[in-house]
This record gives sequence, C-alpha cells and structure tokens, in this order.
Amino acid sequence: MPHRIEVGMRPGMGDPAGDAVRRRIADDLHIEVDAVQVIDVYTLNINLSDDERERARSELFTDPVIQESVGNGSLDRSYNYLIEVGFRPGVTDNVGRSAAEGVADVIGRSLGSGEGVFKSTQYLISGNLRRGTCEHIARDLLANELIERWVVKTHDEMAALQGESLLGLPIVTDQSSPEVRTIDLEVSDDDLMRISRDGMLALDLREMQTIQAHYRDEAIRKRRKGLGLSEAPTDIELEILAQTWSEHCKHKIFSARVHFTDADGATREIDGLFKTYIKGTTDEVSKKVDWLVSVFHDNAGLIRFDENWHFALKAETHNSPSALDPYGGAMTGIVGVNRDILGAGLGCRCILNTDVFCFASPFHDKDIPARLLHPRRVLRGVHQGVKDGGNESGIPDVNGAIVFHERFLGKPLVFCGTGGLIPVTVAGRPSHEKAARPGDLVVMVGGRIGKDGIHGATFSSEELHEGSPATAVQIGDPITQKKMADFILEARDQGLFTCITDNGAGGLSSSLGEMAQKPGGVEVHLDRAPLKYAGLAPWEIFLSEAQERMSLSVPPECIDAFNQLAAKHAVESTVLGTFTDSGWLECYYEGKLIGSLDMTFLHDGVPRMELEARWEPPTLKPEVIVEDADLIDDLKGVLGALNVCSKETFVRMYDHEVLAQSVLKQFQGIDHDGPGDAGVLRPVPESHRGIAIACGICPKFSDIDTYHMMANAIDEAVRNLVAVGARMGAIAGLDNFCWPDPVQSEKTPDGAYKLAQLVRCCDALYDTCVAYDIPLISGKDSMKNDYKIGDTKISIPPTVLFTAAAVLDDVRRVVSMDVKNPGDAVYVLGETRDELGGSEYLALRGQLGVHVPRVNPVAARRLYEALADAIAKGLVASCHDCSDGGLGVALAESAFAGGFGMDIDIRPIGLESNIATLFSESASRFVVTVPRDHAEAFETALAGLPVTRLGAVIPEEVFRLRGHNGARGEAPLIDLKTAWQRPLQW
Amino acid sequence: MVAHDMEKASRTVDVHTLVITGFGINCDNETAHAFQRAGSKAERVHLNDLIADPALLDRFQILAVPGGFSFGDDVASGRIFANRLRYRLGDALQAFVAAGKLAIGICNGFQVLVKMGMLPLFDGEFRPETTLTHNDSGRFEDRWVQLTADPATSCVWLGRGVENGTLINRIELPVRHGEGKFIPQNDAVLERLRANGQVALRYTQPDGVPARGDYPANPNGSVDDIAAICDPSGRIFGLMPHPEAYTCYTHHPCWTRRPEPECPDGAGLGLFRNAVRYAQDKLL
Repeated sequence: MPHRIEVGMRPGMGDPAGDAVRRRIADDLHIEVDAVQVIDVYTLNINLSDDERERARSELFTDPVIQESVGNGSLDRSYNYLIEVGFRPGVTDNVGRSAAEGVADVIGRSLGSGEGVFKSTQYLISGNLRRGTCEHIARDLLANELIERWVVKTHDEMAALQGESLLGLPIVTDQSSPEVRTIDLEVSDDDLMRISRDGMLALDLREMQTIQAHYRDEAIRKRRKGLGLSEAPTDIELEILAQTWSEHCKHKIFSARVHFTDADGATREIDGLFKTYIKGTTDEVSKKVDWLVSVFHDNAGLIRFDENWHFALKAETHNSPSALDPYGGAMTGIVGVNRDILGAGLGCRCILNTDVFCFASPFHDKDIPARLLHPRRVLRGVHQGVKDGGNESGIPDVNGAIVFHERFLGKPLVFCGTGGLIPVTVAGRPSHEKAARPGDLVVMVGGRIGKDGIHGATFSSEELHEGSPATAVQIGDPITQKKMADFILEARDQGLFTCITDNGAGGLSSSLGEMAQKPGGVEVHLDRAPLKYAGLAPWEIFLSEAQERMSLSVPPECIDAFNQLAAKHAVESTVLGTFTDSGWLECYYEGKLIGSLDMTFLHDGVPRMELEARWEPPTLKPEVIVEDADLIDDLKGVLGALNVCSKETFVRMYDHEVLAQSVLKQFQGIDHDGPGDAGVLRPVPESHRGIAIACGICPKFSDIDTYHMMANAIDEAVRNLVAVGARMGAIAGLDNFCWPDPVQSEKTPDGAYKLAQLVRCCDALYDTCVAYDIPLISGKDSMKNDYKIGDTKISIPPTVLFTAAAVLDDVRRVVSMDVKNPGDAVYVLGETRDELGGSEYLALRGQLGVHVPRVNPVAARRLYEALADAIAKGLVASCHDCSDGGLGVALAESAFAGGFGMDIDIRPIGLESNIATLFSESASRFVVTVPRDHAEAFETALAGLPVTRLGAVIPEEVFRLRGHNGARGEAPLIDLKTAWQRPLQW
Repeated sequence: MVAHDMEKASRTVDVHTLVITGFGINCDNETAHAFQRAGSKAERVHLNDLIADPALLDRFQILAVPGGFSFGDDVASGRIFANRLRYRLGDALQAFVAAGKLAIGICNGFQVLVKMGMLPLFDGEFRPETTLTHNDSGRFEDRWVQLTADPATSCVWLGRGVENGTLINRIELPVRHGEGKFIPQNDAVLERLRANGQVALRYTQPDGVPARGDYPANPNGSVDDIAAICDPSGRIFGLMPHPEAYTCYTHHPCWTRRPEPECPDGAGLGLFRNAVRYAQDKLL
C-alpha cells in the first residue's frame, strides 16, 4: 500500500508558487481567480512502517519553519476546486527520483526494485468558477496531456475521498513482450511504403527498395542462414537502418545532388550542398587560419584557445519535441547539446550555453490549429526548460535571442549551443583524437533506458502530423547528467577510456554505430542494458533516446578502475559488449543473435537523393513610406517591436555567471539593463585570453531573398564580435539550418523553390565566410519544419542561426555598448542605405518591402579591421551593433544603457529620407562613442572608411534628434527605455 | 580553470580548505580557486569520499559547501544534501565546529547549512531554526545586489576579530537563486540572531539605505533584508550571494565604466582572505 504525503505552506507564510500560478491564469487565460494554493504531493510506493513514513514526512518532505504536512490524509484547506496534476507512467520524474534517494537516507536502507516516489501537485483554486473553467485551466495551462494526467474535484468530492490518491500510481504496465519480429519485404511497393509509414521509419520508396534488394542478395541470405537469422530483416535491423538513414542523422538533403535552375534559366549541378558550400568554405579558409584542431567529424568542432587548451563549440536544434512538450523538449535540447561537448574529443568541460528561440507572437489572438500550443505557452515552456536545464547543470547562459515571426506558429525553433574546454593533452594523449579499438568494451554510463524518445530521429525527419508520437518527447534530468559529467572528466584525466560519444538521436543504435566505424564492428548484448522498467523490446532498447547517457569504449584492463570511479560518483555504468573488427554490427538478446548488419551497407548504403531546385525571385510590393510622421513616436514604436524589445525578464532567469568567467554579460550599463552585443568570458583564470560569442539570425529577410538572409545573419554575428573588440581572422562559425521541407512532392508542391532558397542561402554562406575568413567548424540541419494537419499547412520561414566565436588576446581591452561620458562624440560607422526591406519599421506597418539589406563583405572587413585596431588602442568608449530596428534603436539603446542623453543630427549621413536613415537595417554598421580627446586619433584610425559624426553624448537624460526638412524631436531617456522594456516585461 | 589537483595536503604552515562536491554542486571549481587566490590550499572532495572517510576532515581548517543545485533542488533546495550530511557526517561536523574551525555555505551551500541546522547554531546545537525558501518573485534570478554588514556582526569572514583582516562593510555581489528568501522560525529567533551579532549581511539600496523588502534591492523578500548569517562565534558563515563570482574586477557588471584598477582583484576575494588569515593565526 503506497503512502501519501501532502505538503503546503503554513497559513500566514504566503504562497509564492500559488501566487505565480494565479498571475499566469490571469495573464495567459484571462481568467481571474481569487487565490491559488499549491500543495506538493509525494506518493511513496515504498514498504514503510508508519513510523518511517512519519520520519520521512517530518525530516525530508517538510520545512519545519514554513510548511505543514500530513501523511495519508489531506491538509485542511478551503477552496472551490482542486486540480491535481501528475506524470503519466514512464515519464521522467526528477523530483520523485531525488525524493526516493532522500527517503532511503531517512530510513537507512536502499530502496528495492519497484520501490519509488512519485511527485504530483495540487492546485487549490478559490473563486467563483465553473468546473469547465477549471478543466480549461488544467488542460491549457497546468498540465500537458502528452506527459501528464490531471483531475478536477470540488472540495466536497475531495472530502468524500478521505485522502486517497487521485491519480493512481504512474507505473508502466503497458508492456510489450521482449520478442523479435521479422518484417517481410517481399511485398509490393505500396506495401513497402505502408511498412515505412506505419512503423514510423520515415524511409522513402527508393530507400525501402534498396533495403529489399540488400536482403535479396545471395551472399547475405547465405550468411544469415548460417547464423540462424531469418531471411527477412528482423525488426531491430530495419529500425537501425531507418534511424541511421534518417534525414536527421544522415543529412540526405545536404548530401543530395542538386540540379539548380536560376531565374534566367541557367542551370548548374551541385555535387552536395554540404560538400560544396560548408566543407568547401572550411577547406578554403583553413588555408589562411592556423587554429583549427578538429572539424566536422566529431560531436563538435574544436579550435585552439591557447597552448594549453582547445575550445569546442556546437549548436543543435530541438524543434519537433519542443512543439509537443515545450518544457521537456527544450530541456532535452540544452542538456543534449551539453553532451555533444562532453563527448567531443576525449570529453570537454562545458563552459557556456547559448540559446536562440523562434516563436509566433505571444500575443497571437487567432485560432490555434489542431495539436499546436499557443505561442505564449510555447515560449514559457521552452524558456523554463532551457533555464532549468542550464542552471541545474551549472553552465552559464551567455548569449542568445528570441525571434518572432507569425509562421513559427507551425513549428517553434529551439537552438541550443554549448562551448567547452579541454586540455590539449589528457593522460599523455592528444585530447582531440579518439578511437575505439577491437577488444575494447562497450560501456554505457548515466541514466537508464525507457521508452522515452523512441523514434525521435525519424519523427524529426517528418512534418508535425496527427500521428506524431508522444513517445518522441523526453524530459531531461540535469542532475543525473551533472554527476555523469563530473565522473567522465575524472575518468578522462585518468586515461580510462579510448573513445566517447553521446547518446542523442537514435540512442545506442546511433552512438555505437558511429563508434564501431573505426574498429570495424561491434557486438552488443541488449539484455544487459539497465532499464527503467521491464517490457522493452530489444529494438526499443537499442533505439531509445532516453537522456543522460554516454557510450564509451573502455580497454578491458581499465574497466575495474572505471567502474570504481563511477560508483564513487553514484553513476551507473554497464558493459554491453565489445568492439570488434568483424565488419558487422551484431545485436544479441539473452545470448541469441537477433540482428547482424553489414557496417558498410549501414553507413554507405543509403541511395543518394537527386533533387530539383528552381529559383524565381518573388514578386514583392514596393514599400510605402510616410515621411511626415513624428520620428520619436516612430522610434518608440520600433523599440517596442517584439524583435527589438528587451528580453531581460527571460535572460535574468538564466544563471549567466556560474563558473566565474563572465567579462561581458547580456545586460550592460549603469543599471545593468542595456542589451550587450557579444558575450565575453575569461575561462582560464590564470590567463587574460577570452572567448567572445555571438549569434546572428534574421528569418525576416527570407521571403525577399535567402541569399541576403544568410549574409546578414553572418554579418550580424560577426559585427557583434567586432563590437566588443574581436579581430577578423580569429572568428569561427557554426551554421544551423532550419528549413521547411525542400523536396518537391505532392505535399510540398513548392519544394523546388524552397530548395532554390537553400541553394542561394548556401551561396551566401560560402561567399561571406570566405570573405571574412570564417571556417565553419560544426553545424546541423533540420529540414522538415512544417506543420500539416487537414488543409492547414504552415511552413516556417527559412532560417539559419549563425553562431560565431572568437578567441580574444586580452579581455581587459573589450568594450561594452553603453555610453560612458557626457561630451563623448557619437559616430555611426558603415554605410546607411535605403534598405527598409524586411525591417522592423515596415513589419509594424504590415509591409515586407523590397530593398533588403545587402552585405558587402569586402568593404565591411576593412571597417571591422580598423575598428578592432581602434578598440585595441583604447580609443573607443562604447560600441554597439546596429541590427534589428536600425540606427535609431542602436543610438537609443546606447544612450539609455549608459544613463546619459544624446544630441543627434542624422543629416550628415546623406540619405534624403529620415525614415530610411533611422530605421533601415543596412548591414555592417555600429554606433560608437569616443572620448573628445581621442576623436582625432579615432578619425585618423578610420580614415577613408564610412565614418559619420552624428553628435555628442550629453549630461541631460534626454534624447534629441534632428533630421531633414526641419524634423526635430526629443524624449526623456526613461520614455525610450520604457517603450523598449514594457512589451515583454512579464 | 583551476586544476583540481588532488595533491595530498601535508601538515605544513598552509591553511587547507575542503571544498565539497558532487550530486549537482556546481560552483566547486571557482570556490576552490577563490581560496587558492586567498592563500589557502584547496581540495575538491566528493561527498561520497568524505562519507567513506570522515576523518579526512581532520586535515582541514576550512570547510566550504559551494553553490549549485544539489539533487536538483528537488523537494526543497539543499534539503536532501543536508540530510545526507547530518545522517552520515553529523558527528564529524560537530567535532569540526567544536575545534574552532571555519565553514562557509554559499547559495545552495547556505541552504544546506541552514537546513541541517549548522546555522544559526544557537547553543552549539545543529537545529533548523531558520529557512531559505522560494523568492517572492517566484523566479530564479541572476542579478547583482548591494550588501551592507550589520554593525554588530561578529562574522570572521567580514573581517571581525581578524588580525590584519579587511573590514568589509559594504560589498556588491551577484545573487543567482530561486530559493533565497530567508525566514527565521519566529520573532524570538530573529531577535536572537540580531542580538548575537549573527546577522552578517543585509540587502540594501545602491546608496546603502536599507532595502526594507523593496524588490529588486532585496531580490527575494528575505525577512529583515537578511542575506547572510553566521554562528555566534562568527566562524560558520552562510550567504546567498556569490563572493567566489567576484574575484576579478572584470566580473563586475560595470567594470567597463571604470578606470582600470591597480589591483585586479574583485571585492569578493576579501571574504576568503579574512577566513584564511584567521585560520593562519588561530588554527595552525
């Protein structure tokens, strides 16, 4: 009989958690309730005496100073309705897991198998409400039915229940028997596709036929017979092939041969987008930079930080899971990319996170299509998931963005990036080289395996549809991962393993499949894998994407020391098999061979796609501008645009200083609330060298031309770095593509256009990065960001997140964005052109426009180099990049961040239009302030470059503006700051 | 990054600090680094190693429980870690305190010390009489706060009773927590804390005026603006803000607005220096 403990705040102590829920009900659902009380409920499925339960209640679950609690009963509270929310069976319950450890401590014994604690939460709601309203609150705010269950009861109904458990124990009972099936592929093409669809394999007909042909091969048939395997593939074999060949893992679109037809009818063949443009860029740039250590083949790119350390960087997306469960999806995104860094080289220590999200407006007031969540709910959930994942892992979040566009309603984008450091040498070996050897043991460490995340790799290789599986969602467990990370870094320094990689998409199938390539084979015994609960089929064990696991190869002579160290860190470590040089991936279950795949067929057998791309410039409506408007009002409007306004509410909730490396934080200036450009860290306390990191992302330009979207994104990231003092030639890049499906088909009739957009984007990536000497050290693509249910189809705007990082020689020379002193001269650097296309100014007026900002990387580079010199010489007081919103926004932000006003005349810029001058988003520009006595030296340093003096910093806290045609305006700084802060000040 | 050199601390004239790690603690590296900068040897020791050999503590003069998310803050921040310390190391910690040694709990470490009753340590007994709970804002936040020492404090870490120590009266530090609201069990406990000089630091306005609960000067709603307390001897110290995150001037959010200082240290280092100096004088 399980025990139940209810814990609540003692009357009179307040209830901040309850108050927060009450506010969210009002803000998000527009329902006023009088009060909400939150009660924590712990269901202890543990064999306890009443005395033991009472000790657990008082010593573990109850804070004697502020809380009260009751065992196997209900707290005496008044309310109208009670909503209890708890997890569905099998969903990761972090609090329950920790509480179980706490109970074991109290009772002085470890828990038996099947014993555990389950956490649920009661919300006691007071107010004049109907049951239906409470059900709405439960369904649309408190619970996510994909992972949680809920029940609504009145006070009287509860009294009748006498403290019984409302939700029952969330124990997995729906157990498939661990049998192995075979799948007959000797069927029609239609049936092949049915097998692919019904099995969530996401394989197309050509791929299914390739597999069919492989199993018809006489040599294969003969071999299988000799091994006692069926002629037809077993379920695990087909699942492994589907996972390994998925778009998510194999990047088939970026590997495809593309036939490109330009607007003028000219055609060209592209021998793989990845090879041509991405690898092509790095091959070209690597002739000019000498700090690349390891690119493309590992979990993350590695570059040299100094003679003792390498720096690793990687960014990932977690879009599809975040669409279904924003909190769990986003958290797995962040802890997942952390594992990429932990698995880069022989294991890097994570030192920074970045996060960039794309949503529809949180103020969206139209209908929400089926299975989609309101963007406000997605924003809150994603933010909280990334916040909890990063904070609990002890990794600072140092840079990011939140971008809004209506078509992200169809699929939110969640980019999570992580950087890490690794000593150049660990245990006497170069840290960036690793390889499992035949005879090394296959070891899995970290969490256990459940049904979570099965088919994640194939699921994210499709659009979001009616049948998208709930099991694709997981919840991260940062503490289990933190313990594992602490352990792995110690094991690394002791030289206890030869290779490491993380278990992400595709689980063991992916990690072991990859690790087995070097030695040339692997033998895995799936019945040895530790499970969260019984009843997983062998293929599920192999494919599960249960989190917090790494795969390692451990030499047999090291395994005892390895396991002892794991035990010290309370980390589970299991030997699953052996790496071999047999040429085969072999899976066993209870001693029986259940799958055997040719490594060559597995990795190289997927047929290459041939794709059509046709570029036609879109027909665009010219922008309509009214010049006589009040410039200050326009400026306030743009400052309050969602893509411009302050995101401080969200950023403050990230720990951005843990590890004590912070040099430039996200928010700067006299009141620590001005928007910084790049994050800067000093990661090695003995050294003044630093790392600057920044992001560029501008999907708003994609509907005009993806070439310029890409060029602007790169330029934005680069100028953010240059703004703090980074130098050209020291910048490394990451490209993360998120595209709507670009493969022409019945459901994507405009695939050839979308692929042409991708080609143009890649053209810009190559052109710009080569001009800037930026090697691409890692990247990722997510190519199916569409929503389709019924007649509703929403495709995201093509989006690339460009993350850029630079090693800085001396962090003491960096510059922040806030103005420093009255009297300093104010300049704009770079050319301001009539380029309002895609601007925030036009977007506020419902227009897209035509004249998209164009990057001239050759000219920009000269400016960047001169500016970096000026910063290094100490001539610059503040420097801020001009991006979303244009010059007006950059001036205002610099001023109110520094707490001093500005007197600005925009006429010297030389554009006739005040609007274009202030709000055009022309690339490669900065607002710079320079102390009066450095102005001459500064102007000399930038001689021959586009430098325009606009005015001065003034002591009054007021922003004054003069333009053409007698236009004048002024506003107190606080008004501008308020306009900028208010929209998302939640 | 601090090399986590596990070199065996030998009985020399050096002060030795044990920085406890494991189970989600995540400020152990920079805390160890701060002690090293302050002149102590510092060793990161996993909780399980300490449980396996409590006598390890004998070699150390200072114990640090750093910040982090032990056990994910699940159930309540610091609670599960605190219970484990109390059940498994209670006697060893009692002896450590009785020997006149020093301890600091920072953020999650403060929550641990409070929840196991190692603070406020009235009458030398481990008894939970105060707590740290959810911020009034309902949010985890990272922001810099202004702190002012209680004039009556006996806190060694703030330089009280330390020969050649640095008196710390006002200091800026970052807070990074979701459960930092300090609440004493009742008015009598609060009165006793004040009377004993056990209130160490309070949140104040940027100009040093008491915050009186005003957000964000008082970032969490702590009773009497209390950010840090110590035991009656001033040797056992717990605080929500992070002194180990201000060991270099470039950690401060406004450093780019100030001239380059002659000394590159951050003010947080002063707390560690005071403790190490005290240990050198009194415990070696």
